[in-house]
Amino acid sequence: MSGSHADVSKHVRAYVAVFIALAIGTIVTVAAAQVHIPHPMNYVVAMLIALFKASLVAAIFMHLKWERAANIWILLALCAVFFAALMLLPSLTTFDLPKQAQRIGAWG
Amino acid sequence: MSSHDHHTQGHGSGAHHELSFWRHYVFSTDHKVIGVQYGITALCFLFLGFCLMMMMRWQLAYPGQPMPVIGKFFGEAAMPGGIMLPEFYNSLGAMHGTIMVFLGVVPLLVGAFGNYVMPLQIGAPDMAFPKLNMASYWVFAVGGIVMLVSFFVPGGAANSGWTSYAPLSVIATMGQTLWLIGMVFLITSSLLGSVNFIVTIIQLRAKGLSMFRLPFFVWAQLVTAFLLLLAFPPLEAAGVMQLMDRVAGTSFFMPEGLVVSGVPSTVAGGGSPLLWQHLFWFLAHPEVYVLILPALGIVAEIIANNTRKPLWGYRPMVYSAIFLGFMSFIVWAHHMFMTGMGPTISTFFATTTMIISIPSVIILTALVISLYRASIRFTVPMLFALAFLPMFAIGGLTGLPLGLPASDIPLHDTYYVIGHFHYVVAPGTIFGIFAGIYYWYPKVTGRKMNDVLGKIHFWLSFVFINMVFGPMFVQGLAGVSRRLYSQVGYAHGEAVQSWTITSSWGAWLLGLAQIFFIVNFFMSMRAGKKVSDNPWEATTLEWAAPSPPPHGNFTTPPVVYRPPYEYSVPGLAKDYFPQHAAAEA
Amino acid sequence: MSTQTLPYTVHPHPVTGIYSGKFGTWLFLASEVMLFGALFSSYVLLRVGAPEAPSPLHWPSHEETHLSWRIGGFNTLVLIVSSVTMVMAWASLKMGDFSKGRRYLWLTFLLALTFIVVKLSLEYVPKLRGGYVPAKSTFFSLYYTLTGLHGLHVIGGMVVIGYFLGPGAALWKRDPEYYTNRIECTGLYWHFVDLVWIFLFPVLYLM
Repeated sequence: MSGSHADVSKHVRAYVAVFIALAIGTIVTVAAAQVHIPHPMNYVVAMLIALFKASLVAAIFMHLKWERAANIWILLALCAVFFAALMLLPSLTTFDLPKQAQRIGAWG
Repeated sequence: MSSHDHHTQGHGSGAHHELSFWRHYVFSTDHKVIGVQYGITALCFLFLGFCLMMMMRWQLAYPGQPMPVIGKFFGEAAMPGGIMLPEFYNSLGAMHGTIMVFLGVVPLLVGAFGNYVMPLQIGAPDMAFPKLNMASYWVFAVGGIVMLVSFFVPGGAANSGWTSYAPLSVIATMGQTLWLIGMVFLITSSLLGSVNFIVTIIQLRAKGLSMFRLPFFVWAQLVTAFLLLLAFPPLEAAGVMQLMDRVAGTSFFMPEGLVVSGVPSTVAGGGSPLLWQHLFWFLAHPEVYVLILPALGIVAEIIANNTRKPLWGYRPMVYSAIFLGFMSFIVWAHHMFMTGMGPTISTFFATTTMIISIPSVIILTALVISLYRASIRFTVPMLFALAFLPMFAIGGLTGLPLGLPASDIPLHDTYYVIGHFHYVVAPGTIFGIFAGIYYWYPKVTGRKMNDVLGKIHFWLSFVFINMVFGPMFVQGLAGVSRRLYSQVGYAHGEAVQSWTITSSWGAWLLGLAQIFFIVNFFMSMRAGKKVSDNPWEATTLEWAAPSPPPHGNFTTPPVVYRPPYEYSVPGLAKDYFPQHAAAEA
Repeated sequence: MSTQTLPYTVHPHPVTGIYSGKFGTWLFLASEVMLFGALFSSYVLLRVGAPEAPSPLHWPSHEETHLSWRIGGFNTLVLIVSSVTMVMAWASLKMGDFSKGRRYLWLTFLLALTFIVVKLSLEYVPKLRGGYVPAKSTFFSLYYTLTGLHGLHVIGGMVVIGYFLGPGAALWKRDPEYYTNRIECTGLYWHFVDLVWIFLFPVLYLM
């Protein structure tokens, strides 16, 4: 990431813009929860907004937009893959069982 | 044992300003002192874990008989009249596993060898974050102390197995709470350490030391550090959740309608015992590779050095290690075939398990091919390294039937499993550790360990360790469960009881054989033969530093000119060409 | 005791393009992702496995949990603002304005304190008094573990920021670039804490 004054003051404008976007995002999340979107779309909407907000934080506040170090990107890619394995597989281990057995599977 | 020049070359040499004893040997930030601290602590724990096992072996071989000599020291709560109680046996089993894995082998491989050797091998003055390094050791030490204290609380130490499966672990005695607290400390220590290792290897390599000029040991440490970094946090989360279950009465792992000893449990329920298994094995399978990769790294160093040839297939070995690390994250549920997973997902995990055996075989094969047509020097470290190869192969191959659901079901939780993974970690990893100790001892102390004692130690260990673990395959195929307090009284168990007795005698004789090592280890500190900085005529950078290396390691920052294992280069007078030598002197 | 100097603590490594502290911070954050990932995974598994509504063990709707989205939303905004002040602190230091950077750091610290005070006084204490203890249900088990662990991270961040406001500030005089770098690393951690909350808020308060 570059360090000159001009660049940093350009960043500052981006920070303010992101702040506004995050505030709006928070209001939209709350509003979406109030209007009772049918299940399971409400989860999808909430998670999409959260993902959008999180990517703004990561890209601008955590400077990933300007990050050129390959190591960080390799690390993030690895982390994303294992995170996905961790998130999905435990729940998936019962997906090919009948509904009743899924409950038993989850409950031991 | 001191790694610092002040100690061995006499006090007040005046090269550095004097540090107090505390800053020098106790709260040191020097990676070499920390490595030695890890080494000594972990060797003590390794010995303790071994003692726990030798006691268990008495109960297994001669169930219900009072233990001679030692039995009467344990009091009524553990061994009334010298006869071991089942609860105490369970504690010994759980703590043997925990101590060996988390307090013995991993701290030795990563904390001791990694800390001491890795920065030297990359030509760095220290680890990237020296204070963090010190913190890792002390957090580890606290975790170890908590584990030790747990032996003395009411109900004894954790007794739900080293895997701490819920719901048994949640309703267990207080020792389990301390086990969890201890684990949180040990995990935190590993996390801090792994951050430090990765940054050091990536950032602090000497000039000219590109990634593919790194010794294989450093690659092994790098992959290991990634495994620790990304696999340990889920267990930390699981540990916190189990702690909540035990302390705050939550029910993460507690199902509804649980009945304990005929009494309905009061917990709200709604949790999943399988969740614990998922989170535990998400760590514990990569942990298997944490246990084996650095040992493979040590063995590779020693084989290259003692065959006087470059390693055969260095690059495929590196790629295999990376692939191994990657795959180890998606095989964990092969420990859980018995939990009622669906056939599709079982097949998925069986397939990934078969795939992960490929890179292990590539590494092993490359090491074996390296021996081909070499003029092998049968030094003590080389003997251990050579024995490692077939032992690890037995351990690995016996694992294949466990990776397939159909053959895993009859073998699950039998002594076959115990035999399988002990072949990997005992004659495998621990032989690797012994090889490493004999190999790098001259670097740490400036003296060599005694050869004759070392060879006696090797041959006795080699014979007896097979006597311990070989019979377990027979027991396991006969169907004896690994968690039985006594197999006598079951027809299938009594039929193979003679094998159990053989195995127990093997264990005790193996214990006696270690006397040669212990004597050698301490005696050589003062009386060992003084050797040069590079007694094995090795090529890698750690041998370019003085023995023992001073604070800051190298007298001048080394520059690297060539790959790590340039042995027997045609046209050179000497049969080794060090990485840091600009041209042959 | 430093008789030696380690390279790349302040200036980026010429090949990797990053200084050691920042790389270390990212590695640490990767492990944090896996830590919270395991807890989110547990949330999914337990929620998917929960029985349907008539059962006493069904997953509670947010009307039943009595968690106020107003308090949660307020705390979300507090953390977002604290992220902005944190990154502004770094930007000010980067432009050489120490006193402005310090003011922003103080703001960040006070916002973190606000978050914790609101969390404890308006949520934890009334909830615990009202019988909504961790043992009440799987939902509350998760709620307390997730928010508790997140809260500990906030407190950890406050300790670090406090250190750089207090004894750590001396580093600015000795090596301003080093100090700025350390604030950048602190900021990375702080934004991650914010990022976790961005997911926790809808998951616990709205879904």
